[in-house]
Amino acid sequence: MARKKKKVPEINASSMADISFLLLIFFLVTTTMDTDSGITRRLPPPVENPDMDVKVKERNILNVMINKYDKLMVNGKPCDISELKDKTRDFITPKPNDEKAPEVEVKEIELIGNFMTNKGVVSLKNDRGTSYQMYIAVQNELAKAFNELKEEVSMTYFKQHFSDLTDKDKVDAVNKAVPVRISEAEPEEIK
Amino acid sequence: MAKFRKGGSKEVPAISTGSMPDIIFMLIFFFMVTTSMRETTLKVKMKLPAATEVQKLEKKSLVSFIYIGPPTNAKLYGTEARIQLNDQYARIEDVIPFIEQERLDRAEADRPLLTTSLKIDESVRMGLVTDVKQELRKCGAFRINYSVRKGE
Repeated sequence: MARKKKKVPEINASSMADISFLLLIFFLVTTTMDTDSGITRRLPPPVENPDMDVKVKERNILNVMINKYDKLMVNGKPCDISELKDKTRDFITPKPNDEKAPEVEVKEIELIGNFMTNKGVVSLKNDRGTSYQMYIAVQNELAKAFNELKEEVSMTYFKQHFSDLTDKDKVDAVNKAVPVRISEAEPEEIK
Repeated sequence: MAKFRKGGSKEVPAISTGSMPDIIFMLIFFFMVTTSMRETTLKVKMKLPAATEVQKLEKKSLVSFIYIGPPTNAKLYGTEARIQLNDQYARIEDVIPFIEQERLDRAEADRPLLTTSLKIDESVRMGLVTDVKQELRKCGAFRINYSVRKGE
């Protein structure tokens, strides 16, 4: 009985596919595909002295109000959401010679040089009954207006689309040239 | 000389499944890389409003989520919009402790960069949203992100 080398039996790998299928299904179920994206905003710090109102010249404000029926009012006039972007765009474009347009301020910005920035502030007010959908739609229109202007500045100074700018300094320069000034009113007690 | 095979049944050779595990593993890795773990079970209905001007959230680990929407189980909890923090319904007073806890969970250097993502159903009224925003202002969580769906 001279046995020669004992062969190690091969491990059966046919169930490997099943095992990996199982893993695959596990991952499919437990994970989500959605990438989170949204409109980023910065909240203002809490007001320390609520009685002190900051006075801003009227020409520097674009009043946007949304009532509880989701109707829009811009500077005292009813307005449709489709017109909002153009109105905002018109408002934030620096116009140094227009008496009614917001004031301009010449600022020295790196990589751009002297640039006329607009001192206008978009003031957004909404009712407690306004729907979130409408609020986001308005925020979106406002963002659109600012992004358009940024795009324009980016094209004239860097010959590149704003979204294609990779240099952080350039992005910062454009952001400084077009500051997104959206002020949200302190919630008021409805009397 | 060429040999001719004997006539009769010509069997189709079986397709080798030997590489099947490799293919599946490749799929697994794809899904592991592109997706993220679901961390909370949604207890509120969530249909995000649509918007076009969206920015991507940069660092996922530095984001804390606040969900607001009508409860999924309307029979038990009614239809009024509720706030959900982590895995449970919360009241408006719970927002500040929640943010404090989220801060404590992060490394100290990252704390100022913490962003709060507001995932809010489109049917929610702004009153509740404003209340939450006021709470966030009180505790210094100024970086917020309104979560939206991309599209018109």
